[in-house]
Formats: sequence, structure tokens, C-alpha cells
Amino acid sequence: MTATTTRPARLRALGVTGAFALVFILLMVVAAVWPTLFAPGDPDAIDPRAAFTAPGLAHWFGTDESGRDVFTRVVHGTRQSLGIGAAATAIGVGLALVIGLLAGLGPRRLDAALSRVIEVLFALPSLVLALLLVAVMGKGVTPTLIAVGLATAPGYARILRSQVRSVAGSAYVEAARLEGQPALLVFGRHVAPNTLWPLVAIATLGVGQAIVWVSALSFLGLGALPPSPEWGAMVNGGRVYLVRAWWLTLAPGLAITLTAAALTVLGRRLGRVAAA
Amino acid sequence: MSIFRWAAGRLGAAALVAWVVTTVVFFALRAAGGDPTEAILGGPGSQAGEDAVAQARSDYGLDRPLIVQYLVQMRRILTFQLGDSYARKQPVAELIGAQLGSTMLLAVCALALAWVIALSVATLATRAQGVLGRVVSGLVQAGEVTATVMPHFWLGAVLILVFSSTLGWFPATSVGASPAGLVLPVVTLAIPTAGFLGQVMRDGLDEAAASPFATTARARGASESRILWRHSLRHAALPAISLSGWSFGSLLSGAVVVESLFGRPGLGRLLLDATSTRDVPVVVGSVLVVALTYTVVTTMADGVERLVDPRPRGADRATDRTLRAEAAIV
Repeated sequence: MTATTTRPARLRALGVTGAFALVFILLMVVAAVWPTLFAPGDPDAIDPRAAFTAPGLAHWFGTDESGRDVFTRVVHGTRQSLGIGAAATAIGVGLALVIGLLAGLGPRRLDAALSRVIEVLFALPSLVLALLLVAVMGKGVTPTLIAVGLATAPGYARILRSQVRSVAGSAYVEAARLEGQPALLVFGRHVAPNTLWPLVAIATLGVGQAIVWVSALSFLGLGALPPSPEWGAMVNGGRVYLVRAWWLTLAPGLAITLTAAALTVLGRRLGRVAAA
Repeated sequence: MSIFRWAAGRLGAAALVAWVVTTVVFFALRAAGGDPTEAILGGPGSQAGEDAVAQARSDYGLDRPLIVQYLVQMRRILTFQLGDSYARKQPVAELIGAQLGSTMLLAVCALALAWVIALSVATLATRAQGVLGRVVSGLVQAGEVTATVMPHFWLGAVLILVFSSTLGWFPATSVGASPAGLVLPVVTLAIPTAGFLGQVMRDGLDEAAASPFATTARARGASESRILWRHSLRHAALPAISLSGWSFGSLLSGAVVVESLFGRPGLGRLLLDATSTRDVPVVVGSVLVVALTYTVVTTMADGVERLVDPRPRGADRATDRTLRAEAAIV
């Protein structure tokens, strides 16, 4: 990242696909904050006479076994799914920041010890690690959220550590040190911005991944449970009626896939912008 | 690096995994205040009397000091004694042994299929040139990203809907060893992995096409397909091979979901059931087996990579490889 990169140039680096992804994510955020803007109805309103209505003009995504409108539920589920994904990522990145900075800037011995532990935990597949933590903490939304956060921390810590190392060893940091700038100023001015910008890109990718994992845990019956409009729980609730009412499974699953894909595209583009 | 030091390093890593997992689980469990006696006596909400609780506590050594319990647990793990399941009262090793084969078959088939898909798509995509090439490349890229992030539970449900309920080609449940029942679970697992490997391979192919060795071969008069098959592909396959170890781990993650969705027995199902009943010995045992499998597979991937790598045996290969692998995961 150089000082000469201007804001419009950065926006252009997002590209058409990146811009589409950004708009999609912004719409999702609006839906999470203000769901009634897109779907004014009540997500829990029951209408047994309208049960299993196929998608159409009256019900865009059809209705479920008790006649609840699936579109309204998917829109209202955005808050929970996006929120849980973001919270899990915040936990993972927060923990990784502490570990990564300690390992990257701390004494060599500490770095060696922390690196070994990070490598070991990184070797465990995230969902398996999350299941281990759920087994310890018990079922529920909060445990799954914490479990996914902790399970993703080793990955972030690994990237952060090497990023901090390379920035701390770079010529411009050395120059600033030789000029006699105080350590805190060097950290605040040079190390932090050059480490955190790539982290924004990685965390964006990570929210998409976290949404998929949290919804997988809900699907497995360990997280949010069916009356809740959380997307994974909705797929879980709909799977019984897969043949009779495919839209119950299709709509929330599509929401998960599209959101995760948009976050992945956006994260990669941001990574490229960070490198520009 | 001699082969012995390398093997010793791998073994050390496996032992470290075992130690970290056991320690984390042991202390986290006690910190969370969960009482294992409850799980032993029939799970949450157990109605066992006080005598039964005291009996179970002394049977499982839970009345001894914490540090003693920890050391006992440690010794057991290091001597491959995984203990008995709380819920099923059977040795954990037996339970896992009975389920391991089914999951390995699933994961190995899925990895093989993912390689076939990724290789075919990547090589076909590089064939298209000009405007068509740009369109194809864009479509393939979008497909790969979508495939990579697609949740297994949803993809599997869609496949059941189309190929089982509507077309009736394959069964939706795969009980027993019937090959037809294996098709949908394998495809469900393979597609996200294929998307991931495909991205890595196409990046490698693009890089190889622009590299000096491709230019030299072209100048010698080699045909494009010869360059692709003899030179570029070996180059492009390297990062994909080293990432296959990592992918295998995510396939085992996926197996938890896929086995539950298709009602298939296996390690993932065992792990999931044990997680919901908080049957800790089974969870720890399964996680250790997964970690060990991951170590074995990455070691094998390392060996294959050494065979395929066309470059002379040099010192900087290892760092180069790690950097590439890192870049691909990000």
C-alpha cells in the first residue's frame, strides 16, 4: 500500500464483480438492521390454510408447513445469520490479534512456542474443532458462535503472525527506528496499518465462511433450533418436507450460498486493493 | 534434510496434536463446570440416585484430584487407550474402528472425484482462446467460487431432490456398501473441494503458460497440448497436491454433515452423536483420529509432491511451496 493510491483508484480496483458483491452485502446489512423494509410481514405469523403454497406472486419463496411466508423468514433471518457470522469472526480475529502480535513482536522463544500450537490447531479441520468445543460447552446459539470463533482463530493467527513479522522486519520500519522514533509511534504508524488492512480482506472472507459453519451446526441441531428463522435452522426444518416443498430447503440455502460467495469475492478484491 | 529427521518431525507433530487436544478438552470441560457423571448416567436430565452417582464417580476415577485425573488421561492417550464411551459403555477404540472404514472410503472417493473434476475443468478452460476464452474463464471462475462456499448440507439436499426424488437415479440413503448409495454422498463432498482445487490449478496453469520454460518449449516447436501435458500441468499440480492434505481435513469436516444428511454410518456420525450427548471420550478419540489422519495424508501429499516436482532438488523449494499454499488458502 503506497500513499499515492487515491480513493477512486481503490474503488476501481474492486471491479464490476467486486462492486456487485459490495452492493449485495450492503443490501444484506440493511435487511439485517431493518428487515421490515423488504418484508413488512411477521416472520412467525401462522396461516394453516396457506400451508405448503408453492412460490408465486403472493408468496415469493412459498410458505412452510404452518403457512409462514418463507421470504419474510429468510429476510428476518438475515440479522441472526449475518450477526452470528460477524460475531464469530470478531472472536476469532480478536483472539488471533493477541496471539499474532505476541508471536510476531515478542521474543523468539515465545514465537516458537506459539507457532507450534497455532500449527497444531490449524491441522484440525475447523468444523471438527468446533464440534469438540460444542461438546465441551453444550448446545445453543452462543456456544456454537464461540466455538466457530475459536475454531477459526488459529488460521487468522497464522496469517497475522507472518504479516507482523514481515512488516516488522521491513526496510521502512527499520528506517523509522533508526530515525529514533519511539516504538509505540512506529507500531501505530507503520506496523498496525500495514498489518490490519490485509486483515480486513481476510476477515471479510472469514465472515462468509463463518456463516456457512454456524449454519452447518444449526443444521446438525446443535445451534439455533427450527422455530428460529436462522438460515441453517430453516434448512434443517425444511429437510423433512424436501420432496413435498423443495422451496423450504432451497430458499434459505441459496441465501447462505449467495452471501458467502459475495463475501468471498469482496474479500478477495479487498485483498487486491490492499496489495495495490 | 534426511528422511529420518523428517519422519521424526512428523511423529513429533502428531504427539503434539494429541497433547494439545487432550489438554484443551480436559481443562475446558472442568472450567465449563460440566460434570461427566451426568453423561455417564444417561445424559442431561438424568434421574440417577445419589448412590449411583457416587459409584460412577469412583468407577471412572472422578473422585481423585484433578491433576491425577489429567496425568492418567495423558498416559492413556499416549498409550492409545482411549477409554470407554460414557453413553454406549463400549471401548472408544472399538467404536471408532467400526466406523473409520466407511468414512475413509467416502473421503478418498470424494478427493479422487474432486481431482478429476478440477483437472478436467482447468485444462478445458485453458483451451478456450480470445473472447470465448474470456467468457469461459469468467464462468468457470464464478462456478468455482460458488462451489467452494456452497454448504454441504444444502448441496446434498439439492442433489437428493434432483437425482433421487425427481429422476430416481440414485438412492437418497446409503445404508450398506452398495456402490449406488455412495454416488450422491461422494458428489456432495467432492464439488466444494473441486472448486477449491480448480482455482489453485488454474492459477498455476496461467502462471506456467507465461513462464520461460513454456516459451522455450514453444520455441522448440512443441505443440500446445504437449506443453500443457508435459510441462505446465506438473507445475500447476504442485500446489494442488500439497493442498490436498488440507482438503482432506475439510472432507472429514464435511463427512460429519454428509453422513448425517444421507443417514450413512461413519466417524462423522459418531462424532456428531457424541457431541450432542457430550460423550467426551468418544469426541476426544474421534478428534485425535481425524488429526492423525490429517497428519498421515499431508505426509503422503508431501511425498507425492517430491515425485512430481520437475525442478532439481534445491533448498528453496520448501519455502516456495509453503508460500504458495498460504496464498491459495487466503
